[in-house]
Amino acid sequence: MVRRTLLIAALLIVALPTAAADRFITVASTTSTQDSGLFGHILPLFRAKTGIEVRVVALGTGQAIKLAERGDADVLLVHHKPSEEKFVADGFGVKRLDVMYNDFVLIGPTADPAGIKNGRDIAAALAKIAATKAPFASRGDNSGTHLAELDLWKAAGIDAKAASTGWYRSLGSGMGPTLNTAAGMNAHVVSDRATWANFKNRQGLTILVEGDTRLFNQYGVVPVNPARHAHVKARDGQAFVDWLITPGGQAAIATYKIGGEQLFFPNAKKESS
Amino acid sequence: MSDLTAAFASALVFGLDADLGRIVLLSLRVSLSAVAIAAIIGLPLGAALAVFRFPGRRAIVIAVNAMMGLPPVVVGLIVYLLLSRAGPFGVFGLLFTPTAMIIAQAILIAPLIAALARQLVEDMWAEYEEQLRSLGAGAGRALWTLLWDGRFSLLTVVLAGFGRAIAEVGAVMIVGGNIDQVTRVMTTAIALETSKGDLALALGLGIILIALALAINATAFSINLVLRERQG
Repeated sequence: MVRRTLLIAALLIVALPTAAADRFITVASTTSTQDSGLFGHILPLFRAKTGIEVRVVALGTGQAIKLAERGDADVLLVHHKPSEEKFVADGFGVKRLDVMYNDFVLIGPTADPAGIKNGRDIAAALAKIAATKAPFASRGDNSGTHLAELDLWKAAGIDAKAASTGWYRSLGSGMGPTLNTAAGMNAHVVSDRATWANFKNRQGLTILVEGDTRLFNQYGVVPVNPARHAHVKARDGQAFVDWLITPGGQAAIATYKIGGEQLFFPNAKKESS
Repeated sequence: MSDLTAAFASALVFGLDADLGRIVLLSLRVSLSAVAIAAIIGLPLGAALAVFRFPGRRAIVIAVNAMMGLPPVVVGLIVYLLLSRAGPFGVFGLLFTPTAMIIAQAILIAPLIAALARQLVEDMWAEYEEQLRSLGAGAGRALWTLLWDGRFSLLTVVLAGFGRAIAEVGAVMIVGGNIDQVTRVMTTAIALETSKGDLALALGLGIILIALALAINATAFSINLVLRERQG
């Protein structure tokens, strides 16, 4: 009797249906959009309007693109324009559209060992970090933020990789884990503003440099090409892309705030290029 | 210390949350299904390795033992490549579903169950072989007899498999994608909250997960006890 009850209980749990809608699309996106809570804010609005559930797989930009190339997503929403354009040029995407932007910030210890606080020149700040050999934590995961960081080092004229056994530490992890590690070793780190704003384990870290135009962070959206992968849900995917760039979708992005601070700024063009 | 207090507080608060209920149920569903499949494959396999003598047996035993240490992230990656749209089983569209997570965890724990069952049944076989043979049972028949006679000890083997499954994050993260309300389980939720730097909530979820494992093991232990007593 006991055994039968147990068996039935086990079967019930195993056979439980998932609360899944039949109409859904899969979006490969970045950890910044998920960890910041943006998707939690805008996706219910989209679903209420269209009945389409959006399932987000949050990865680094490089990994998200690889996933979409294999046909495991219907839409790509990431933040590294050259990679997105290559994705389209290679025939994996239909076309790339601007959606929104925010900016990167240079985070570092409040004690400011490199003397860069309140600076506006990101290249000069990085050069000082290198000169003082102050610890720096890099994503090192081929994500949009990592690629942007590498461009900034290039702008500063510094071969950071050469110092990867010393003050420059390549972590190979997502934005959140990198911030956790940076907080632990009191290191400098380049982060997108949204993840930082939503990040709770700051310890002794604060924003040291912001506002340089080179810290601009553009997000783009690309529907995956159904000609490449026949199973791609092209129509529903396109519906999501279309909604993102409509006034309604753009307003949804603009109204997402943490502590009164707007984190993403919609900038879709009326006529896409 | 305040972190720990906050963790307990969030464990209490979120214990009542509907989202959390769904995550807990999915965790149980995935890991219990995986353990059921792994036991169906692993127990007979382990017993067969224990009672049958054939060339290459030792090599297989060593291989199965070694596979107890399969890295979850590697299993996840392999299952991902198999289930990906560009992979051999892509047409089924199983990637990022609970089914994919069950497959990955079953692969992960089947060798563990097989290896431990093999050791257990082999010891029993050494003890009872003569007796069973005198009753006219060959190795094939003895296999099922030994599995049945060893069922109480084998429950611990199955629980070890369950423990590995419910605690595992690497494989389910890759093949499930940690999608909100679809494939998010306890371990991936903990990883996500850690990413957000919300360490108190992450730890709170961890406390719930440990409590869950404790409850399951306590239930299994009690049932085992009752059945054993009834048997006399």
